[in-house]
Amino acid sequence: MKRRIDWRPYVAGALVGVLATVSVVVTTRVLGKTHFLGASTTFVRAAGFVEQAAAPDHVRQNPYFAKEKIKIDWQFMLIAGIFIGALAASILDGSFRLEAVPPIWRERFGDSVALRAAGAFLGGIVAMFGARMADGCPSGHGLSGLMQLSVSGFIALGCFFGAGVLMAAWVYGGKGGRR
Amino acid sequence: MSEHWLGLITGIAFGALLQQGRVLRFEKQVAAMRLEDMTILKFMMSAILVGMVGIHAAVALDLAALSPKATQLGANVLGGILFGLGWAVMGFCPGTSVGAVAEGRWHALFAILGMMVGAALYAEAYPRLEKTLLAWGNLGKITLPGVLGLSPWAVIPAVAAVFLLCFVFFEKQGL
Repeated sequence: MKRRIDWRPYVAGALVGVLATVSVVVTTRVLGKTHFLGASTTFVRAAGFVEQAAAPDHVRQNPYFAKEKIKIDWQFMLIAGIFIGALAASILDGSFRLEAVPPIWRERFGDSVALRAAGAFLGGIVAMFGARMADGCPSGHGLSGLMQLSVSGFIALGCFFGAGVLMAAWVYGGKGGRR
Repeated sequence: MSEHWLGLITGIAFGALLQQGRVLRFEKQVAAMRLEDMTILKFMMSAILVGMVGIHAAVALDLAALSPKATQLGANVLGGILFGLGWAVMGFCPGTSVGAVAEGRWHALFAILGMMVGAALYAEAYPRLEKTLLAWGNLGKITLPGVLGLSPWAVIPAVAAVFLLCFVFFEKQGL
């Protein structure tokens, strides 16, 4: 334990716990509705806005869009805020860096930006289809679910990581295998 | 209007903390799935530890109400597995993808586009899933204390102890 411990993820994480608590109390008090941190529903709404422009009748008749309601709400603005906060923080501490192909990906699949883009795109399709089926992502199920000791949160987070570990071993070649 | 401002301000703080925790990056997300670097888990478990105590205290003081998501065994498990499979290739999760673009990792833009397509496809599939998969093993909005018949204050220290042991393990192994 005498090795230097990097406290960064612990401190930033603990502050997210404080933020989640404050947000739950403030939204309950100010808005009369308790809001928990989450992200994936916003992708449904964003997709709904785009689809609405092309095929408004189709979107109007879809029960899922009707259920999730296509609107700019608290969570939509939360996601917009994440962009601003991450941009500001990365510029202030000089960690902003343009990256098209991350190192682990490059080691396995080479320099092709198109291949990385395809991986991100296809992975995104499968992941979001799964997140909506599971009714949440690592924020909604993982953070907010476990903070509430919700059974669904434990099940979903376990499946996220379990499947992620197996898939990562297959795609990138086992633990440290290609380093 | 205040709903939008509250969301935005909370998001700015959340985004700055995600960035400072270094959890937005493809490298960190994939390294956690390769069991090489547990930064993501340290961050998430620290957040859960503090938030679990804070939110249950707020509920006890009548300042907020819990709103757990329903446990639907079929959907939680199958959806969770699908998410994990896509997550490993994408290297971002929905919340972090937006922040990853913000810190310059612009390949996350393709992940965002893919996720919008995935959400749209799910909207098309939903009417067929509603009466089938989503109804399987639907146990309602259950929580761990509720299932165990215990007070949350009996469960919280147990979860906290497991998390702290994980932290010690991660640091001992240099993960």
